[in-house]
Amino acid sequence: MRYIEEFRDGKLAAKLEQDLVREAARLARAITLMEVCGTHTMSIYRHGLRSMFPENVKMVSGPGCPVCVTPVGYVDMAIELARTPGVIITTFGDMMRVPGTSSALQKERGAGKDVRVVYTALDALTVAANNKNNEVVFLGVGFETTAPSIASTIIMAKKLGITNFSVLCAHKVMPEPMEALTSGQLKLDGYMCPAHVSAIIGEEGYRPIAGKYGVPCVITGFEPLDILRGVIMLVRQVADGRAEVENEYNRVVLPEGNRKAQAILADVFVKSSAVWRGLGPIPDSGLAIAPKYEAYDAAKKFGIVEPPSRENPACVCGEILKGLKGPQDCPLFGKACVPENPIGACMVSSEGTCAAHYRYGAGALAHA
Amino acid sequence: MCVAVPMKVIEVDDVNCVAEIDGVRKTICVMTLDDVKPGDYVMAHAGFAIAKVDPATADETLRLMREIVESEERDR
Repeated sequence: MRYIEEFRDGKLAAKLEQDLVREAARLARAITLMEVCGTHTMSIYRHGLRSMFPENVKMVSGPGCPVCVTPVGYVDMAIELARTPGVIITTFGDMMRVPGTSSALQKERGAGKDVRVVYTALDALTVAANNKNNEVVFLGVGFETTAPSIASTIIMAKKLGITNFSVLCAHKVMPEPMEALTSGQLKLDGYMCPAHVSAIIGEEGYRPIAGKYGVPCVITGFEPLDILRGVIMLVRQVADGRAEVENEYNRVVLPEGNRKAQAILADVFVKSSAVWRGLGPIPDSGLAIAPKYEAYDAAKKFGIVEPPSRENPACVCGEILKGLKGPQDCPLFGKACVPENPIGACMVSSEGTCAAHYRYGAGALAHA
Repeated sequence: MCVAVPMKVIEVDDVNCVAEIDGVRKTICVMTLDDVKPGDYVMAHAGFAIAKVDPATADETLRLMREIVESEERDR
C-alpha cells in the first residue's frame, strides 16, 4: 500500500534527521527516551534509525513485547494443559519457542502433543467446533491491541454455544508498567507510546504519566518517518519544558481510541495483578476473564494455578526491560542465549530487545 | 506482535469483511469497529480490524513533511 512506501521515503528521513539534530541542540543536557513497544524496537533496529539519533538523545527499549514478558509459570501451565489427555492447545506462533521451566510448546508438539498455531483467535474457535470431543484451549497473550480480538472470540463462543473452548488468559495492559517504570530507578525524559495499543486505548491512558510525573508521551506509528517524527516531538517537548500527550499517529489513533473495542474489553475482562517476566508483579496490569464468562477461563475450567516463576539468575532481562541495562551488559547474550536457544525474555520473541540487537545490533552498538 | 497491516475493505457482512492489500484478499473480523464500509481502509491485526485508517490525514502528514523539505531546499 502506498502509505507504507511513502512513510519510508529516504529523502524525507534525511530531512527529519536534520530537524532532529536542530531540536536536540536546544537541549540543556543529554536525555533518555524509551520506546515501550517491541515493534518500535524492531523497527528502530531494522531501519538503522539508532544511528540517526544525536549523541545527546539516547533511546532505551521497554517492556512492550508481550511474548517476552509472559512469565515462565504461564508457559508451565500451558505445557501442563498440552500434556492433559484430550486437550488441543491453540496459540499464536510466537509463543511456541518461549521457554518454560523445563520445556517449551514446540518441544511438546515434537513429543506428539496436539499444539496448533492459528492466525487469529477465531480460528481456534473453528478448531473447537470441528473437534467436539476435545477441549480446545487458546493461549491469550498480548496487550490492548490483541486482547479485544480474544474478548470478541469469547463473546462469539458464548453466542454460538461452543462449550469445549476456553482461554488461558495472560493479557496485560500497557500504561500501568509505564507508570511503574516512571516512578522507579530509571529517570526517563519521554515515552514513545505504542502505536496499536493506542489505537485501542487512545490518549487518555497516558495522561497520568504526562500529568503526574511530568514525562512527555508521544503516540508514534511504526514506519521510519513516524519514529523520526515521534522522537522530534519528544525532544521538542523536553526542550520547551512541556510534558503532554501528543499523537504523531493520528491517521490511525483517535484521541478517544476505539470505544467499541474498549466496551468489549470491559465486558469480558476485569483488571488484575499480573506477573511480568523480568519485572515481577505489577498491580492492575493484567486482564482476567470476568465472572460472567468464567466458563471460558481455562485456569478455572481445569483447576490449575500459575506456579512461581524461576528465571536464570545470570540473565539481566529484568534490568533491560526497565531500561537500566543493554543486551551487551548480559553475560549470556550471544553466547548461551541466542535466538535459536533463548534463555531470557528479551531473546524469546523476534521483537525482544536482545533478539533485535543480536540480529541488527552491530552498527547500533555505538549508541546503545 | 503489535504489527497491523492497512487493508482496503472490499465487502462487508455482519461480522466480517473481505479486505485487500497488494492483491491479497483476507477475511477480517470487524466486531471491534462500527460503520465499516467498502472503500474504507482498516488496520488488520491477527485477523481483526482494530482501527480505521484516515487516508486524508496520511496525505496531509506527507504533504507537510514534503513542504518542510521543499522550503528548506528553496532557502539553500
